[in-house]
Amino acid sequence: MEYSKLFYVLSAILFILGLKKLSHPKTARNGNMIASIGMLIAISATLIAYNELDFTLIIIGIVVGGLIGGVFATKVEMTQMPQMVAIFNGFGGAASALVAGADFITNMDKLDTGEMINGLDPTFYLVVVILSIFVGTLTFTGSFIAFGKLQGFISGQPIVFPGQQILNALFAISLVSIAVYLSMGGNDLVNFFYAIVILSAVLGITITIPIGGADMPVVISLLNSYSGVAAAATGFVLMNNGLIISGSLVGASGLILTNIMCKGMNRSLANVIFGAVGLIEEGASSGEGQKQMNIKSYSTEEAAMILDAAEKIIVVPGYGLAVAQAQHAVREVADLLESQGKKVLYAIHPVAGRMPGHMNVLLAEANISYDQLKDLDEINPEFEDCDVAIVLGANDVVNPAARHDKSSPIYGMPILDVDKSRTVLINKRTMNPGFAGIQNELFGFDNSIMVFGDAKAMLQQLLKDLKEL
Amino acid sequence: MDINILTVFILAIFVGNEIISKVPPTLHTPLMSGSNAISGIAIVGAIIATKTGGSIGTWFGLIAVIFATVNVVGGFMVTDRMLKMFKRK
Repeated sequence: MEYSKLFYVLSAILFILGLKKLSHPKTARNGNMIASIGMLIAISATLIAYNELDFTLIIIGIVVGGLIGGVFATKVEMTQMPQMVAIFNGFGGAASALVAGADFITNMDKLDTGEMINGLDPTFYLVVVILSIFVGTLTFTGSFIAFGKLQGFISGQPIVFPGQQILNALFAISLVSIAVYLSMGGNDLVNFFYAIVILSAVLGITITIPIGGADMPVVISLLNSYSGVAAAATGFVLMNNGLIISGSLVGASGLILTNIMCKGMNRSLANVIFGAVGLIEEGASSGEGQKQMNIKSYSTEEAAMILDAAEKIIVVPGYGLAVAQAQHAVREVADLLESQGKKVLYAIHPVAGRMPGHMNVLLAEANISYDQLKDLDEINPEFEDCDVAIVLGANDVVNPAARHDKSSPIYGMPILDVDKSRTVLINKRTMNPGFAGIQNELFGFDNSIMVFGDAKAMLQQLLKDLKEL
Repeated sequence: MDINILTVFILAIFVGNEIISKVPPTLHTPLMSGSNAISGIAIVGAIIATKTGGSIGTWFGLIAVIFATVNVVGGFMVTDRMLKMFKRK
């Protein structure tokens, strides 16, 4: 049993090396392979090192889980990636909580006698068990709410009701009280154990429902981090180095992404979690947002003529592109423009789409070279000498109000400077405001032109018109 | 408590921080699905949990093995599928 720890160290090294190779698209695939070998080693070492394992159950579990995971992984559309990651976060959290729960049930008798458990002081053991079950269960239910929102089973709008924060605070206080009571040597362990499970499950739901559609990148990153924290906590329960190291890596990764997403919106994490932005703003904008704007609606034919005269074109994709599944249509248009000697770049805002890197994956799927995909800092100076910026289903990330309008909910958010281009071609389905619920003054700018319609249909028509010129 | 294990935990967070901050934004989605697969390491605990036999713990273990395997298999496969698409012309 002891030598298995050596193999866990080896798999941890492989995880770290694998993640390190994710620092470049060229080596990334290799890195993923290395990490998966690390996992294989950890699983094999466990199967060999531990006696009296129930192999029938393990094989059933691995076959069933492998089939589900395999089908998911091969069938999922790239546009649905956020949902898939959300649901996987949930499974990871649930697995950690179940493992901690199973260990707790097995060792419960020892708690009465005050024996050491897994080499741990009983109080410390209880604390890490509670932590693991709490974070794991919360991740599970929270992820399913996030999945439901992304898939459209639940409204993507923030769901708020009076007293929501107070209710959440009450849940949290009860959880902490139970945890303290139990670790001080309280009785009736089993019932309180169930109380913790139920409270954590409810809390996972109530803290996720008030978060709106455009804030999804933050939620998914945060849940990703939680699933790592749950695994690390379970590692403490079992005193298993493998779980502790891997869990910490994932926890750190999720937290870094959460931080990047918050910066991308110039909001604090607390503001995202408790702010319910979107719902409040919708009411506010309908009153004053009706300022007279001179909207110029163009046909795809006219747009084609403008593009024909352009030399440098920057495409700005947003969530609308994913919804319309327009990534391949974009590439076809770009291919034609490039064949005419024009330069085409893609500007990707950190919070474009519904998860970190969502747009990059979509465009990569459409065979667009990754060195044409530029992030905010790289691309903003490029707009100065850009002839046409094509905004596809993006809204808040190009709203100039973020620069100057202190009353705007997106004030201070770093935006893509599309308005610096000679012409801004904006494609939207309708004039409806974006997810933050605010009108975009960009649409009325002198150099802005609007082409209405579904992104995919519009691009296909544009392609035809470009060819007919 | 064993202080060594706490050291391991804290060092792992630092290492995680170092390497993850070097991942470019373009690979953030594969990073998430890949780290998802790594958090499926709970499968190790799940396998051990099936050991007790007969009790509720074993059933918890079985469900945990299923969930963690979904994570591991699905996570690594979908990450590979995505990374395969990142090409340079």
